[in-house]
Amino acid sequence: MADKQYDWAAIAKNPKFVELHRKKTTFLIGWWVFSTVFYFLLPIGAAYAPGLFKIKIIGNINFGYLFALSQFFVSWGIAMYYAHVANKDFDRLTRELVDELR
Amino acid sequence: MKKLIAGITLALSLGSFAFAQEPAKAPTGAAGAPAVAAPATAPAAPAATAPAPAAPLAKAAAPAEKKSELKANPYVTIPIFLIIIGVTMCVVVWSAKKTKSAADFYTAGGGITGTQNGWAIAGDYMSAASFLGISGMISLYGYDGFMYSVGWLVAYITVLLIVAEPCRNAGKFTLGDILSFRTEPKPVRAVCALSVVAVSTFYLTAQMVGAGKLMQLLLGIPYKTAIIGVGILMVGYVVFGGMTATTWVQIIKAGLLMSGAGVLSVLVGIKSGMSPLQFFTDIATNPNIAEHVQKVVLKDPVAVAGFDYGQRFLEPGLFLKNPLDQISLGMALVLGTAGMPHILMRFFTVPTAQAARKSVIVAMFIIGTFYILTTLLGFGAAIHLSPQGIQKVDKGGNMAAMMLAQKMGGDISPFLGDLLLAFLCAVAFATILAVVSGLVLAASAAIAHDIYVNVIKDGHADQHEQVMAARITSLCVGAAGILIGIAAEKQNVAHLVALAFAVASSGNLPVVVMSLFWKKFNTAGVIAGLVTGTVISIVLVMVSPNMTYPKKVAADAQKVVATLEKKQAGGTILSEKETKELAKARTDYETNKDGTSIIGLDKPLIDLKNPGIISIPIGFLAAILGCLAFPSRRSEEMFDEIYVRQNTGIGIAKAVDH
Repeated sequence: MADKQYDWAAIAKNPKFVELHRKKTTFLIGWWVFSTVFYFLLPIGAAYAPGLFKIKIIGNINFGYLFALSQFFVSWGIAMYYAHVANKDFDRLTRELVDELR
Repeated sequence: MKKLIAGITLALSLGSFAFAQEPAKAPTGAAGAPAVAAPATAPAAPAATAPAPAAPLAKAAAPAEKKSELKANPYVTIPIFLIIIGVTMCVVVWSAKKTKSAADFYTAGGGITGTQNGWAIAGDYMSAASFLGISGMISLYGYDGFMYSVGWLVAYITVLLIVAEPCRNAGKFTLGDILSFRTEPKPVRAVCALSVVAVSTFYLTAQMVGAGKLMQLLLGIPYKTAIIGVGILMVGYVVFGGMTATTWVQIIKAGLLMSGAGVLSVLVGIKSGMSPLQFFTDIATNPNIAEHVQKVVLKDPVAVAGFDYGQRFLEPGLFLKNPLDQISLGMALVLGTAGMPHILMRFFTVPTAQAARKSVIVAMFIIGTFYILTTLLGFGAAIHLSPQGIQKVDKGGNMAAMMLAQKMGGDISPFLGDLLLAFLCAVAFATILAVVSGLVLAASAAIAHDIYVNVIKDGHADQHEQVMAARITSLCVGAAGILIGIAAEKQNVAHLVALAFAVASSGNLPVVVMSLFWKKFNTAGVIAGLVTGTVISIVLVMVSPNMTYPKKVAADAQKVVATLEKKQAGGTILSEKETKELAKARTDYETNKDGTSIIGLDKPLIDLKNPGIISIPIGFLAAILGCLAFPSRRSEEMFDEIYVRQNTGIGIAKAVDH
């Protein structure tokens, strides 16, 4: 490794790094848990609440179909939101930190 | 070297030409020769032995009412196949010139853009099984098929939020690079390579067998020829073009698949006046679907008065019966995708963490759109071809999308029907090539980079030697893939996919996550986690209903014998088909009555097809206990480094700056 010049322990204590890592962890874990719980509502709901899934919402389209479809849009939404936050906040903090270390 | 490559590429093209020529022979020999060979998984499918005399060439066959067979027109199919093989071969020749260092070979020199990588991930992921299998499942079981596809997309949230960027920042070529960062490199790399090879082999075998059967069914070429053809092309792409060629094959395939699915969906949409409401009304009021649900799926001999069987098709519970199994599969998908070595490897091909992030997002939009389109294809096939007609060609519904292409195009003009079918055949073929190439590359990277270069040679190998090692292992892995594919022809390989996801989710993922995020994680943890996760997954799948249990087969056969003999005793004369069934059931009973499954069981010990719900927690637990039992101060001290690196990308920027 040619990068021995970095003092990793010192960087890890750098306030900028601490801020970056705290923000990132909260965001990532929070949204991961949300998306996972939301996803498992689908198989669990289909198995244990089939009555709910049968309710017709528009014409012949029932709640179950709309819920399954919503999974796609929620996933895309989380992905877009994450990209937005990461591009705006995380990348900026990272850049500032890297510049400071230079 | 260049001449050698050019020569071998030429030979490969000729080989594949001969392979593609093959289908022409079947229909031209005798007009009646059955062009649709029996799929080995569904020997009972009546279409396999469709009445030969009347079967005309597909070209002349205007899609008749309830067409119960599927034939590709060789005059349209062969040129399309040749174009695809030709284009991909050009990519190989072009990328072979660019592949000089090990980094070029494994990661295309880190020179793939985020968008390209996104398309490649999508291409890698949307296998023939999901493309044909899910649309087929929707066409036969409605809602459950669609629900099944959701997990495949949601899995990417985990990839995006947890592994993509840290992997880009912390790794170089393989999973072993990440895991060996702050552990004892040699044992960790060796164990990790074994796990990667295991996962890749399971997945590869499933894909190869699927490929052989698909080509057999679509084009009527013999199973072995198909496997060898696919195998030679795949080895060609990987050995000469490395990651660059593999990536481009995946991109081309994803583009073709999306355009094919898009065109078909529009054609299906037009039939319902482009109105989703009308489309769902068409499903719910279709008499064929209602009859299918009543008689085949729910097995009500007489319709229950007032029960809306058509609407039932849009409700859950027709296919996925065991909720625990369903949840278990969800866990394996959500966590397994992020542990799949060929998916992880794709993040090393992009230059920055930002590009890695972008590529997952691009991939998510492509994959999501694709799975939404499969609803249109699946339901469309059910409306326009009837589930009964689809099952006549393939019991599992795997040909639903293909049949829909021929029907939808054929309604406009017979040529267009043939063209669409040929196009989809070619897409399916390209799909298999893309997926297997990615797997061969992942397996060979584990052997060549982790075991040969870093364990045997201690990391002392020059670029030339590394590339040679990579090429030779790719060749060996590819050859092994062909041999296993041929050997597994008669096997039911569905459990191999479950196995691949189980090992990836219970073996690979826990150690990757802990390695990146847990300070105390160390060598003992990696080894305990990988070994326990892998072994427990394999054991659980071996005792699960995925395996064949001869005593159960015998019991089923006995039932058939009993029914038919009773019918005979009652004075009814059995039809020719029933006589055959009776004879088959008798032999089945005789050959299976004393048998046990591979590991000597009479019946499954657990009733979960996907062991994830048990094996994932065990995998995590083993990894945790392993490193708590053998703490390592060095690993803890090095945590700061990997943590800073994976969050910021410091230190890696230079390594990929080609």
